[in-house]
Amino acid sequence: MAAKSSILTQSGTVRRAIVVGGGLGGLMTVIKLCEAGIPVDILSLVPVKRSHSACAQGGINASVNIKGEGDSPETHFFETVKGGDFLANQPPAKGMAYAAPGIVFMLDRMGVPFNRTPEGNLDFRRFGGTLFHRTAFAGATTGQQLLYALDEQVRRWETIDVEDDKGVTIPGEKMVRKFEYWDLASLVIDDEGVCRGVIGQDLKNGELRVFRGDAVCLATGGPGMVFGRSTNSVINTGSAAAIAYRQGATYANGEFIQVHPTAIPGTDKLRLISESVRGEGGRVWVPKDRNDKRPGAQIPEGERYYFLEERYPKYKNLVPRDIASREIFRTVVHEGFSAEGQRAAFLDVTHLCKTPSGKAAVRKKLEGVLEIYEKFAGQDPYDNPMKIFPAVHYSMGGLWCDFEKAEDGTLKAQSARNQATSIPGLYASGEVDYQYHGANRLGANSLLSCIYGGMVTGPAMAAWREGAAKSAFDYGSALFDKALAKAKAEHEAFASRTGSEFDVNPYQLHDELGDMMLNKVTVERHNAELDEVLGKIAEMKQRFKRAAALDRASGTMNQPVVFLRHLQGMLDLAHIITKGAREREECRGAHYKPVYDPELHPNDPKAVGRDDQNWLKTTLATYTPEGPALSYEPVDVSLLKLAVRDYGKVKKPAEAPKADANAR
Amino acid sequence: MATDTVTLKIKRGEAKGASTWEEFKVPRKPMMNVISCLMEVQKRPVTTDNKSTTPVNWDCSCLEEVCGACTMVINGRARQACSALVHELSPNGEAITLEPMTKFPRVRDLVVDRQRMFDSLVKTKAWINVDGSHQLGAGPRVSQEDQEVMYPLSRCMTCGCCVESCPNYNERSDFMGPQVISLARMYNMHPSGKMQAGARLDAIMGEGGISDCGKAQNCVQVCPKGIPLTESISVMGRETFKRALFGWLLKG
Repeated sequence: MAAKSSILTQSGTVRRAIVVGGGLGGLMTVIKLCEAGIPVDILSLVPVKRSHSACAQGGINASVNIKGEGDSPETHFFETVKGGDFLANQPPAKGMAYAAPGIVFMLDRMGVPFNRTPEGNLDFRRFGGTLFHRTAFAGATTGQQLLYALDEQVRRWETIDVEDDKGVTIPGEKMVRKFEYWDLASLVIDDEGVCRGVIGQDLKNGELRVFRGDAVCLATGGPGMVFGRSTNSVINTGSAAAIAYRQGATYANGEFIQVHPTAIPGTDKLRLISESVRGEGGRVWVPKDRNDKRPGAQIPEGERYYFLEERYPKYKNLVPRDIASREIFRTVVHEGFSAEGQRAAFLDVTHLCKTPSGKAAVRKKLEGVLEIYEKFAGQDPYDNPMKIFPAVHYSMGGLWCDFEKAEDGTLKAQSARNQATSIPGLYASGEVDYQYHGANRLGANSLLSCIYGGMVTGPAMAAWREGAAKSAFDYGSALFDKALAKAKAEHEAFASRTGSEFDVNPYQLHDELGDMMLNKVTVERHNAELDEVLGKIAEMKQRFKRAAALDRASGTMNQPVVFLRHLQGMLDLAHIITKGAREREECRGAHYKPVYDPELHPNDPKAVGRDDQNWLKTTLATYTPEGPALSYEPVDVSLLKLAVRDYGKVKKPAEAPKADANAR
Repeated sequence: MATDTVTLKIKRGEAKGASTWEEFKVPRKPMMNVISCLMEVQKRPVTTDNKSTTPVNWDCSCLEEVCGACTMVINGRARQACSALVHELSPNGEAITLEPMTKFPRVRDLVVDRQRMFDSLVKTKAWINVDGSHQLGAGPRVSQEDQEVMYPLSRCMTCGCCVESCPNYNERSDFMGPQVISLARMYNMHPSGKMQAGARLDAIMGEGGISDCGKAQNCVQVCPKGIPLTESISVMGRETFKRALFGWLLKG
């Protein structure tokens, strides 16, 4: 028998690894696997070039210190951990911060058209949660540009032949095979609990088939669609993570959902207006007069309330996202301020555009994002303050991953433990993991964590493959046949839901789920409401059993039937998120319960804000048919001392307009 | 005429076989786009004449015009459905027609297979030949001026609007389209991309390359990102001309 480490099996099959998902986390994993000589199959819901990474706008953090401000990776590390309210395991966060400059240089070498300084160096701008210029950017479509660079490198690997152990080209076999328009139907897990491959489904014709893999990585992004409308792409249902969870993977810190402060309200999605707008000088305000319904451009300077600047004189508009979102939410919802009479605040760059040269400079750095406002809100943001409101944006939580700490406090290179989920042989990379951001992610750290995650995952998968007793390609077909039969039966069960007893429209059910999650489980969380949501989720899971297959077609594309699988996953994830939030009795990062806020309840001894004594721990959710079972594990805080998460809030802003009697 | 519904006429069909038209009316909401109309159809897949049907299949992902997925022919013009706003398309309640792009094989309803566009990126070697993803220090310096030329070119989403509108791009021709010519221009400008400029020029001078462009100039009119495609074609036209004339000298 051919040795398990050889590229070919005895029967001449190429031993491959599998990466599900083709955004930055997936593509970087693929590149690292290829460089380690391991051929890869990629499965992706969409052509990888259309992945959600394309939506990232503002930039990618790296402490290159090009502006001579004294920034350093150690500061980046500290600010990342502080921004995440000390819930992140510190070695992965440290590894990421120290790797960041090298990652940005690599991307630059790959041809990303980053903005430049006059000397031709990379330009950097400011982002939230730091006072340094740390964010490299390509206009305001940085994620798109980074995705394209990795997409191009992977396309190059698609043209490179697989060589056998003697260096002889294997005819017809390329290092990368892409399966685009393929959905994950299930993992293939053997009797010992090891992941040996996946069952994929071709969305173009419904075909289900086996993919064997000597290691499998999920790089399938976040679960934004659980909240119906968010800044996420519609493909971000979290389905793959939910499938892994159902098959035994642990899901960590699900309750930590980032709400981005500035998005355009909309009926189909809430489009992001990047933090880079504030990084380049954009200001958030509301009219001082609560009844002022005039367009923003007509309101004179003296009648504007710059509440973030007044409350946070040091960081001003660039406090971390959880804080900015809460302040906007509080100001608009509780204190009754508005923008043009609507439930919104103004985000304003017009003061930067008063001169032609100023306007040109703004255009160069922000065109991609301001164009979105122009196209979708139908107003010119260079002349009119934009109307924005917070929106669900990112999941800090995700599949639980292991890591191995090195002596220098970062991650041990080539360790098979890094990025490994609780299912042996299954890895996670990108937003689908939970590893780097703790309770709140800093802006421009997500592109970084996706790519760093991929850089760690590729070598970890290679090490796992090296150390495994047996290759997935040396198993008989029984294991895979059984998994395929099960996936087919599950698909059939969905596809045959055509009788009159199936009277629930799955898209309507999803709408209901999304509205409820958006209203009750985002910026402010109250236990009574969370209990109510938990009850509703149980009831929706019952109704899901009556959700209809709206299309009987087989052998062709059938989006409504596939949607049932994704909706099932979203219900599971909603349950994890809500239960995690219900149980966690504190305020930490994006998880905020007003009842524990000492600012609101100065005399209540229970209102301690962040409660390190009881809640400095990672939430772990495992699947049971009745719903998620929660347990907790300690956070690795071996490198940095816990500190108060202070961004210099002024208790009573001097010029704050008087609050209404009925406010709060 | 103010109206409280939006009327959609949608051309539907399978990969093979005839197309049929179905008409839907969905509730009109402020700031609606074509995608939100299609989402309404999913929630109530019933035609105007009260016939129960299936939800429409269509491609979409980001909904903010950066992924390129949701291109379709809307009122006769190829564009992204996400940025096609109802109040602009149908100010007085006019019906909105949706058809799949015609230059690619149909998968189902409004979904088409644009693999041919991605294959062209392989043919033109649309990448930088990096030595690897390991640490090799900072990248090459680039002037602000060059970055300002390259960045707009790099915003191509491979969405298909340009080739849908191009009379020379069709089943009977191998023309790769203006988008790859424009991307080749970008890679050939990059300080290290330049080192493989000849190979890209050769690809563009070959089958389906720049000589198949009929200079209709439709592409630049429909590009949703305003990429200067015709400018790129003329720049690359000059470059390929130079290579054709003097290339044998350079090869030494």
